[in-house]
Amino acid sequence: MNLEELKKIREKAQKDVELRQKQSRVRIVVGMGTSGIAAGARDVLKTFVEEVGKRNLADVIVTQTGEKGLASQEPMVEVFEEGKPAVVYGNMSPEKAKRVVVEHVVNGHPVSEFAI
Amino acid sequence: MNLVRNHVLISIDAGTIMAGARAVEKALVDEINRQGLAGEIAVLETGSIGATGQGVVIVVYPEGLYYANVTPEDASEIVEEHLLKGRPVKRLIMTEMPRQQVIRKEKTGLLKEQARIVLRNSGVINPENIDEYIAEGGYEGIERAFTELKPAGVIKEIKDSGLVGRGGAAFTTAMKWDFASKAPGDPKYIICNADEGEPGTFKDRLILEGDPHKLIEGMMLAGYAVGAAKGFIYIRGEYALSIERLEKAITQARLYGLLGENILESGFSFDLAVMKGAGAYVCGEETALIESLEGKRGHPRNKPPYPVTEGLWGKPTVVNNVETLANVPEIIRNGAAWYRGYGTDKCPGTKVYTIIGNVATPGLIEAEMGTTLRDIIYEYAGGIKEGKKFKGALVGGAAGAFMGPEMLDAKMDFVNLKEYAAVLGSGAILVMDESTDIVGMLQSVLHFFKHESCGHCVPCRLGTKQLVEIVDRIAGGKGKVEDIESLVKISEVMRDTSFCPLGQSLNLPISSSLKYFRDEVYGRVQQPA
Repeated sequence: MNLEELKKIREKAQKDVELRQKQSRVRIVVGMGTSGIAAGARDVLKTFVEEVGKRNLADVIVTQTGEKGLASQEPMVEVFEEGKPAVVYGNMSPEKAKRVVVEHVVNGHPVSEFAI
Repeated sequence: MNLVRNHVLISIDAGTIMAGARAVEKALVDEINRQGLAGEIAVLETGSIGATGQGVVIVVYPEGLYYANVTPEDASEIVEEHLLKGRPVKRLIMTEMPRQQVIRKEKTGLLKEQARIVLRNSGVINPENIDEYIAEGGYEGIERAFTELKPAGVIKEIKDSGLVGRGGAAFTTAMKWDFASKAPGDPKYIICNADEGEPGTFKDRLILEGDPHKLIEGMMLAGYAVGAAKGFIYIRGEYALSIERLEKAITQARLYGLLGENILESGFSFDLAVMKGAGAYVCGEETALIESLEGKRGHPRNKPPYPVTEGLWGKPTVVNNVETLANVPEIIRNGAAWYRGYGTDKCPGTKVYTIIGNVATPGLIEAEMGTTLRDIIYEYAGGIKEGKKFKGALVGGAAGAFMGPEMLDAKMDFVNLKEYAAVLGSGAILVMDESTDIVGMLQSVLHFFKHESCGHCVPCRLGTKQLVEIVDRIAGGKGKVEDIESLVKISEVMRDTSFCPLGQSLNLPISSSLKYFRDEVYGRVQQPA
């Protein structure tokens, strides 16, 4: 190995470590209360994780929260974007999650038809 | 890229392993797999996070939440509630932890982050993965040494940093390296003294367990500076996990070409071997250690010649403590001026301590040189347990000094502690509350020395035996005033005539206990009629 290769390893490794405690631009919060899970929140969360991973979006965090208290709208997802009001989506599905990632997270246009 | 939503760091060190960390780790992984969360939740091992006596400790990121006393039975609750549903398990959240965030820096009176140099990566990175060390700036020091400093520049940088040995003698590191680099003889050797045997001390173990690559890089830099191609890590045999992690780290470094021939195409070759000690306290003394490394009985040698001119197999040898070497990569990477920003003018840098005894949060801390004993006990360790009163502290392990309340505001560094400077080395602070019996403490210290005396020289071999008999008599209520005087006299003769620091250092606990707790000790003997 030479110095150049060491630098490359460092750059790659830094990315991996940063992910753990990263500062995020966008935070996607999936409601994972009992009713949320019953309504399919697990698959929605999985889809967000896959989509964000696929697109290499290093500044996006996917996390989960408990019951929001609006069981009829589950699965519910909130998207927090730096410097913008939070957007709450209801009745989410894996397909809808894919659109939210593309339109909202990547391109910055909230998907108004899913919002509640 | 596979996005990992949560990272669960499990602190794996000898203490948490005993508390069942491996079983917890397995239970967590099993549960994560069962819930179909594999791939989005990663479980990683890390070193000590600095808390002891709190069972198995885990940290969940990105929240940065600490759980303590976790059992395998808790795994399903943590996975289901926290990792799946996002609801932290409140009953397990660690409430008492050693303070790591902010300390007062007396120089400026400003609040600042805890100065972590040696322990910067411990409890943060996975010590078994060289990439994580590299990500945190690892092996940047060696890069700078090769491209910019060259061997003489490395010694100069260490000299400018003011680094002194953290093993206890507080000898200037740069001077040692300079002597060895100029000493005639080839090959030269670097030895890391990891034979940590002082009772109550485990800081080197936690440095090794938490960040083994830091030591490897420190030894490489030492080797590069003095012109040595081979290094030995003489490590206490009981340190199974440290040994395992070191060996793993060495293998990884070899695979990356960071150890071996022509490192990073610089022309410099260096390799390391780990040697296990067999548990003799005296082998922490550098010349006894060298004898033991050579395969002989661990007896100290006559000095001079010192190891820097005639050490291992009669060749110039640098022997440095783990903590000293762990400072080196950070100094070389960030420069001497940066290092001098920590600690005091005469004693730059930090010191790693293990705090045990009657404190609220025993554990491992790193504080700037010059931090007072009061701050260490009350700011870092949460004060005395159960709101009791501070009676004193045994600083430096068995060969250390007792300190009473009047020493609370003493600045802990090699200059301010003067006659007690040697006790800083091991970094052991055993805090005693008002209910502690000083004679009982002294008794355990002296028994330890009697057991560990190697028998090589008369003063130590016979002296330790006499001291034990006398202290037992005092503890049993049958002592006389003359007995206390004998304790002092014998230990003074031992200090002046013993062959090595083992016998020489015994006077310190005896004289210091009488200095600060005179009335109590005298109150324990039969009063003259």
